[in-house]
Amino acid sequence: MSIVLLVYLIGDSIMKILDFSGYCIILFFNTLFYLKNIFSKRKEIVRQMYNAGIRTFIVVSIVAIFSGMILTLQSGIELKAYHLEEKVGNVLIATLTREMGPFTSAIILIASVGSAMAAELGTMKVSEEIDALEIMSISPVKFLVMPRLVALSIMMPVVTVYTNVLGCLGGAIVAKTHLNVSYDTFYIHILESLHFKAVYVGLLKSFVFGLIIATICCAQGLRAENGAMGVGKATRDSVVASFIMMLVVGYFITEIFYRGGL
Amino acid sequence: MIELKDVYKTFNRHVVLNRISLKIEKGETFVIIGMSGTGKTVTLKHICGLLDPDDGEVLIEGVKMNNSSESIRRGLRRKMGVVFQSGALINWLSVGDNIALPLREHKKYSEKEIGVRVDEKLKLLHLQSARDKMPAEISGGMKKRAGLARVLVRNPEIILYDEPTSGLDPVMSTHISELIVKMKEEFGVTSVVVTHDMNSAYHIADRIAVLYNGDIVQCDVPEKIRNSAIPFVRQFVSGSLTGPIDVE
Repeated sequence: MSIVLLVYLIGDSIMKILDFSGYCIILFFNTLFYLKNIFSKRKEIVRQMYNAGIRTFIVVSIVAIFSGMILTLQSGIELKAYHLEEKVGNVLIATLTREMGPFTSAIILIASVGSAMAAELGTMKVSEEIDALEIMSISPVKFLVMPRLVALSIMMPVVTVYTNVLGCLGGAIVAKTHLNVSYDTFYIHILESLHFKAVYVGLLKSFVFGLIIATICCAQGLRAENGAMGVGKATRDSVVASFIMMLVVGYFITEIFYRGGL
Repeated sequence: MIELKDVYKTFNRHVVLNRISLKIEKGETFVIIGMSGTGKTVTLKHICGLLDPDDGEVLIEGVKMNNSSESIRRGLRRKMGVVFQSGALINWLSVGDNIALPLREHKKYSEKEIGVRVDEKLKLLHLQSARDKMPAEISGGMKKRAGLARVLVRNPEIILYDEPTSGLDPVMSTHISELIVKMKEEFGVTSVVVTHDMNSAYHIADRIAVLYNGDIVQCDVPEKIRNSAIPFVRQFVSGSLTGPIDVE
């Protein structure tokens, strides 16, 4: 009996995942269809860009500086053992541009913007606002999802560049104070390992993460049900699903672009 | 104009609508009453295509609404408006912008025309002072009236009301009831009203349907409902504690 129950639970979970994945794919392509209305929705797009960029400014700044400081300190300690501490700038910029910049920015935006999107749309769903839009023949995808998807896919690379720059600043401070690497030396080594490919692949990753986060979080919000509890569940699930998808897709982008090396 | 044929709906195997059939004529005000959880709002949601029945048909002017394509649904919905119980205002738009929303989205009117029409509806529903307020800054009753204004601004042929007078003071309840009557008399609007307010129901209805456990137990003119011989209906409309309705 317990094996039957286990099989049932696994099967049920797989069906739910497939159902949600299908919904996300359909939602994504529906959203692309409404890109033709991008100009008429510019005010809402700007409002969403403000939410994603300006409202997260302080938290992004703090996380970026400390990420750069931690990375520099940890790698600097190892490099110092081989008297290579002046190379810490190379390690930092390679790590930030290739992985940590897009990754850190995505985590911050999932936690702050993506979860808020799911909660906002979920609340609209359970309070009949989405139904009201449908009745007015206003597509919720055009009115709600498209502006959010466009805004997040634009702001994610912007936030990533900002994270990379502040990460380097934080790293420079630690390199100077803890590793006795001058700002000039640090700066020269940063430029030495600042590869164009690393930058554009990092920004592409950010852009894709923006699309993934917006699609998943909006989908969770639009499917919320059962009042406040349902909104809470949608918010939590949106964060978990976005985070997992970000890691999986991030790996495959790395695999595709770095298979043959830098 | 609106026809439900053998509509059957279940949620998690619980039967909510048990093969109900209704025919609502053009220009009629049809009121649905019944205890909470008997399927009144579910019936409304079937009429406007927000829910599809498990079996049966929903026809609007002879066109099938259920299980039809999105473009057919949109076409049918353009003829109708729904006044939701909570008002269902978009929370980041002001009251004025909420009322203007359907006009702006469909781009049929200039901003000047939209302004005139919004002002007209704000005045009709005594909401002029709330024009620039956000939904969070106004009372529940005002939200409901703003929701009604958003429906009226589109001049729909069919209006579905979900508890239009609940949460309103008696004077405003009478005002809304009068407005429903006015919409019928002046503009020939077909209305379907779900309510618990029996005074309002008797005042506005051409016919009243009483729903109980997913079935229509009586559907008749207000006078016949008021003097019904069916024990359940008699107890429900009088609000008596004695009768077949178990309050436990």
